[in-house]
Amino acid sequence: MIRVFIADDEEPARERLRELLGDIVAEVPNVVAGEARNGIEALERLPASGAQVLLLDIRMPGMDGLELARHLAGLEQAPAVVFVTAHDKHALEAFELNALDYLLKPVRASRLAAALKKAASAGAPRREQLARAAGGPREYLSVAERHRIVLVPVRDILFLRAEQKYVTVRTKEREHLIEESLVALEKEFCGPESTHAFVRIHRNCLVARSAIRGFERSGAADEEAHWQVVLDGLAERLPVSRRQWPAVRELIADK
Amino acid sequence: MASIRQSAYPDLLPDFRNLAVMARVLLAVNGLAIFGALFAAPNLAQGLERFVQAAAFLEPLLFVELLAFFLFSRALTRLAFWTGNATAVVLAAAVAGAYHKGVVAIASVPVPGLVRTLVLAALTAVFLLAYFRLHTKAFSPALAEARLQALQARIRPHFLFNSLNAVLSLIRRDPRRAERALEDLSDLFRTLMADARQFVRLEEELELLERYADIEQLRLGERLRISWQLDAAPSDALLPPMVLQPLLENAVYHGIEPGTGPGEVLVRIERRGERVHATIENPYVEAGNQRAGNRMALDNIRERLSLFFDAEASIATQTTNGRYRVDIEIPYRRA
Repeated sequence: MIRVFIADDEEPARERLRELLGDIVAEVPNVVAGEARNGIEALERLPASGAQVLLLDIRMPGMDGLELARHLAGLEQAPAVVFVTAHDKHALEAFELNALDYLLKPVRASRLAAALKKAASAGAPRREQLARAAGGPREYLSVAERHRIVLVPVRDILFLRAEQKYVTVRTKEREHLIEESLVALEKEFCGPESTHAFVRIHRNCLVARSAIRGFERSGAADEEAHWQVVLDGLAERLPVSRRQWPAVRELIADK
Repeated sequence: MASIRQSAYPDLLPDFRNLAVMARVLLAVNGLAIFGALFAAPNLAQGLERFVQAAAFLEPLLFVELLAFFLFSRALTRLAFWTGNATAVVLAAAVAGAYHKGVVAIASVPVPGLVRTLVLAALTAVFLLAYFRLHTKAFSPALAEARLQALQARIRPHFLFNSLNAVLSLIRRDPRRAERALEDLSDLFRTLMADARQFVRLEEELELLERYADIEQLRLGERLRISWQLDAAPSDALLPPMVLQPLLENAVYHGIEPGTGPGEVLVRIERRGERVHATIENPYVEAGNQRAGNRMALDNIRERLSLFFDAEASIATQTTNGRYRVDIEIPYRRA
């Protein structure tokens, strides 16, 4: 019995999938474990539903399907994902390239059955696969807890700092630990796709450009100058490495 | 693709009531006069002097001619193309002759002889008609092209497949509703594939809008609310086909679909004097704007409006207070 979760913003589309799942139940035993109307709702409901396969619309309000899939990939028991779309040329090309499963709307019962069987045996897609298919930066970072996913909006993040195995995500209110590499995060959030939202100031630290209030010199007068970032609403100062200083200064000047 | 090769664009006399046509006539005739004066005179100063002298005779004549063509415009377009052309030349000469008579009777300025006036008026008319014919010819491939683009811009695959999917979901639960939805879809596509070069009446376009809205309602349910303000809409106004529908489609695609909650789209059409104003407004959703395709539809509509109305139509967009708004203004023409 495959537990299936449906995420689509259009009620008739969800209904159609429910009907089709009912039609193929003899061939592929399945049960609908839950439904959601958008990405955020899916993140709230899916972890507790025990779903093994997620039928996921790409285009949804709030959070699109690809980003949702990337957050779900952090779950301990992440579901296999079958993307469902009416038409999305670029997304489909990306799916092909990265070996992700998808179905075209209107969906045929036979295709759905085949996709379910395949997905149930293949398991969850890998994070890197999804990241490559998505192309652009996420709007949230996520911290996967046992049966819950906590979202941190990227625009609320002040800085990201690597500490041994984890990366600390610092917002005004609190800190989160995520299991991602700072190098991958830099690629995602320091490039032109994210309009250079973050800037690397040190080997282990990326800072949100919008959070930078200014720079302070530190160190005694006889020593070589050493700069620190002053952040909005945070007492902590972050050191800028000598190597990054010219690049940081240039980016800030552009702001 | 037979429709593209079908460039047998109907030969039509220019619309003498169109401001842009009048402006072109004024410019061309004055250009000819300056050229003639400069060509005939021994030097620049004398040439200009001659032009100024001639202008005293020429400019009132031009206005009388324009007025005459304005009045006879409908009658001329009703004639067959070549008869119409011949009649136009005769009309131009006749008006010039009458004007000549009048000037000789009341004014004491030196005037060119009657025969010369008649010949010059007729020749100028021939020249201008030839120019307008070439102008139309030059633009008819653009029209055909615009039609193709319009076709592509109109059929948003996303809309088609999602609608079909919605209809499929209805078939078991509510077969009658499914039937109606398919009928709506057929009507929409029939118009889509109709000849995009003919004017349609506003009431037909509005009916189409409602069909389209019904389909979207089916998919989006309570997320989509449309407020129709059509009490002052002149149902007999003529406009190019499929000008409003793509705008409503845009409003839904960019303003409603990317939003999590319900949103309202406003459609307001009204006549103000000799102009027809149409406004379509939707919630401005930031993520919605990154969706491609909005510009393309707008450019296409702008292009078609100018092909149909020359410089007398306008289209403008603005974003204020979280609402995105498109305004269209066209001259009020009746069927």
